[in-house]
Amino acid sequence: MKRVTEYLKSLLLLELAAGLWVTLKYLFKPKYTLRFPMETIPRSVRFRGLHALRRYPNGEERCIACKLCEAVCPALAITIDSAPRASDGQRRTTRYDIDLFKCIYCGFCEESCPVDSIVLTDILEYHMERRGENVITKPQLLAMGDRFEKSIAANRAQDAAYR
Amino acid sequence: MSAQPKDTAPPVEMVEFEVDGHPVSAPKGSMIIQATDAAKIPVPRFCYHEKLPIAANCRQCMVEVEMGGKLVPKPQPACATPIAPGMKVFTRSPNAMKWQRNTMEFLLINHPLDCPICDQGGECELQDISMGYGRSVTRFTERKRTVTDENIGPLVATEMTRCIHCTRCVRFVGEIAGTYEMGDMSRGDSHVIGTYIGRTIESELSGNVIDVCPVGALTDKVFQFKARAWELIAKPSIGYHDALGSNLWLHTKRGQALRAVPRDNEAINECWLSDRDRYSHQGLYADDRAEKPLIRKGGELVEVGWDEAIAFVADGLKKAGSDIGALVAPMTSCEEGALLAQLVRGLGSDRIDHRLRVQDFSDGGPSGATFEMSVEDVARVSAALIIGSNVRHEMPLLNHRLRHASRHDASKHPASNPAHYDISEVHGAKIFAINPVRFEYNFELAGEKVFAPQDFVDAMLCTAKAAGVQGDDRALAEAIAAADDKEDARQWVAALRDAPSSVVVVGDAVTQHPQASWLRVLARAIAEATNSAYNELPSGANAVGLARVGAQSSSGAKAIFDHAPKALITWQTGSQDASVPAAYDKARENAEFYVYAGAFACDGVKRTADAVLPLGLPPEIDGTWVNVDGIVQALAAGSALPGEARPGWKVLRALGAALGVAGFDFVDLKDVHARIAGDLSGQGTGDRGPGQRLPARTTAPEGVLARVATVGIYRTDAVVRRAKALQAHPLNRAPALRICADDARALGLLGGVKADVDGVTLPVVIDAAVPKGCAWIEAGFAATAALPPHGAALSIKAVTA
Repeated sequence: MKRVTEYLKSLLLLELAAGLWVTLKYLFKPKYTLRFPMETIPRSVRFRGLHALRRYPNGEERCIACKLCEAVCPALAITIDSAPRASDGQRRTTRYDIDLFKCIYCGFCEESCPVDSIVLTDILEYHMERRGENVITKPQLLAMGDRFEKSIAANRAQDAAYR
Repeated sequence: MSAQPKDTAPPVEMVEFEVDGHPVSAPKGSMIIQATDAAKIPVPRFCYHEKLPIAANCRQCMVEVEMGGKLVPKPQPACATPIAPGMKVFTRSPNAMKWQRNTMEFLLINHPLDCPICDQGGECELQDISMGYGRSVTRFTERKRTVTDENIGPLVATEMTRCIHCTRCVRFVGEIAGTYEMGDMSRGDSHVIGTYIGRTIESELSGNVIDVCPVGALTDKVFQFKARAWELIAKPSIGYHDALGSNLWLHTKRGQALRAVPRDNEAINECWLSDRDRYSHQGLYADDRAEKPLIRKGGELVEVGWDEAIAFVADGLKKAGSDIGALVAPMTSCEEGALLAQLVRGLGSDRIDHRLRVQDFSDGGPSGATFEMSVEDVARVSAALIIGSNVRHEMPLLNHRLRHASRHDASKHPASNPAHYDISEVHGAKIFAINPVRFEYNFELAGEKVFAPQDFVDAMLCTAKAAGVQGDDRALAEAIAAADDKEDARQWVAALRDAPSSVVVVGDAVTQHPQASWLRVLARAIAEATNSAYNELPSGANAVGLARVGAQSSSGAKAIFDHAPKALITWQTGSQDASVPAAYDKARENAEFYVYAGAFACDGVKRTADAVLPLGLPPEIDGTWVNVDGIVQALAAGSALPGEARPGWKVLRALGAALGVAGFDFVDLKDVHARIAGDLSGQGTGDRGPGQRLPARTTAPEGVLARVATVGIYRTDAVVRRAKALQAHPLNRAPALRICADDARALGLLGGVKADVDGVTLPVVIDAAVPKGCAWIEAGFAATAALPPHGAALSIKAVTA
């Protein structure tokens, strides 16, 4: 008896029909797919994406080369050199490199920063075209900060109550 | 600040007492904190420092004390409470903890929260102790006080707002450095630490205030903002600018030496470090550092690979046959010195020497013998005679020991309880000095005589006569018999002879003297006659070691200067390391084939050298150095070699193999070390003993001024001369003609005119320290390179505009 039902099942393609029924159902449902880059999913204000170095409203860079981010970084992705700044002798970085291949986006650097200088923005779409571009330098990080300061500040303001 | 709890007398009696329920015993008279430190029981402190007098002003070390079954009602500072039998000390009782926490809160009231930008962050005593005793949130909401900074020189950076008034720096500068340049002024909220009138700190030990400062008020200016304590790798190293061989930690980051801090060694440098050893690492990264081998092709120096350079040098040396000579810097390691000596001797020559500043080799020159009295024991002498030495500049930490002796004579002051310390009575050792100029010592001299170089032998003869020296050489005996009999000389000699322990310290002004063999014989005889130890300061870090491995010859460096060899090798030396820089220049110009093996390709080298072999300097190479007490210190490389520079022993190995000299088939430095280990533990070669082969005495013509050519403290070797911060330090005086007012008047040099000294124009400084009959022009400067050496007659006239 079992052999007969098995035979009928395969002859009538019942399993195929069941599968196609699922396909047919989804054909009439709303789509999950987003049309990237025109559409994106909503992102948390705490999203940890690409790094940036911020400035104070008067244009002064925030980073004071305390090197806490370098020390706390579990992936050793940050490299900092510091020296007294030539113009006024203040403690400043002469080099601030982040290796994006090493970075694990844990956000410890942001948490350890006493002056809210290094931050993780909510940018997650970026790419490199040449070898070596994975290491982003201080001018690049500062430029990121300048460009996205509005959204960085807004995200931080929204999250401030929970920090 | 008057108490001096720690002295050198052996402990007399042990006291039994109790700390936190554990029985502890400590020498009678010591303070609670000394006992707890010895027993490794932690007590927080800021102002207490093992080597400094007790001030008890930070109040952090408060403990609870029970005596005779009753609790002492008030908190007791552990650093200023002497122990007593049966005493019970509680360092962690609820009361003690409360007092310690409260003190911490008070200390933090005015301390800024700028740890992220403070260089002390990560190695800060205040940070550490506030982790244990501080509150996590401040209750202080008022305005914090700020203090104006002072510029105290190119070596130490200040941020006085961070100061917690522990006065360690004040006590260090007063008690140890002996310059009393810092103090605390005003009271209460306006209490500040500073130099009294905004001066720079002009001590040769000033860098130590950085180490004693428990907070970030005083930090290293050269190291400022360069790295964090946790990124640095500490490599054990030694100072190579004087023969003391101070132990230090070289702090490196990615191979680069960023700073040096002292490494404790009671026998050598205690916990201190001279500025010269601390800041010289800056010179490693000078602009003219040689990084690639160069050879001369068609009149031009061109960069080549090591193989080609070695082949070129080997070829050049082969052509010269046995007519070669080598000048070695006295900071060269024993291994390199031994290999170079082996190379030179293997090629059939004996002309190798490291004593470039010596003029008189008639007794074989300085023998490279070790101190008869160890540096540690010098601090305990009761009398000392300094002959021709500015100890403060030649060996700053030996001077510190002498100063210690001059203030605390161990034989007269056995009491270790500060309560018995009688401040009105001077207990110090009697220190006498015979010098060519009145050097500035930081201790009281019991007697001082100043003689121009031409009168120096006579002065020594007087002292020798007073000491009853016979002289085993006929010329010497006659000269002593003819010397004047002087009352004060007899008093000095009596003081030396009567002292339970005494030392004769012989320095640079003797070593460099044109009649050094006479002076050396006399000084040694005086030491013997007065039962004193004879401590001759070697010039250069490894002079003792190089003498032991035979990197010197009896004819000395003078033989090379007088008759330039066909092929000349200079090993880490520069013209300013020689007593007559002009002779050095002439030798390298006259040599047919001149090889510069060293670290700095300066203009003079580039002009004259046929080949430049870039070498590593002492902190960058493995090697062995022997200090003045004969302590053999073998060290591994600390920082990375720049460019294609190589350790000297590797270069010599390749060169020896290329030349086919025997003994260069070793693989490792260990093999070389094993070969010389026997020599290193022995005594120096070339010591001919006193009284032999004295040359005829020369007398200077009347009315001529002789040059006193001591080497400036920060001009001693090529690395120091390139350390920018040290060069900017006020102790590094610009080259000048220093002369007494009488001589200046006679020569018409008063009124701000410049002087023409043998064709060199120098500014004139009227200096009361200079005696009549001589002119003090410090050596080691390019501007004074053309001048004749120490003791030679100068022709001086005013420059007419």
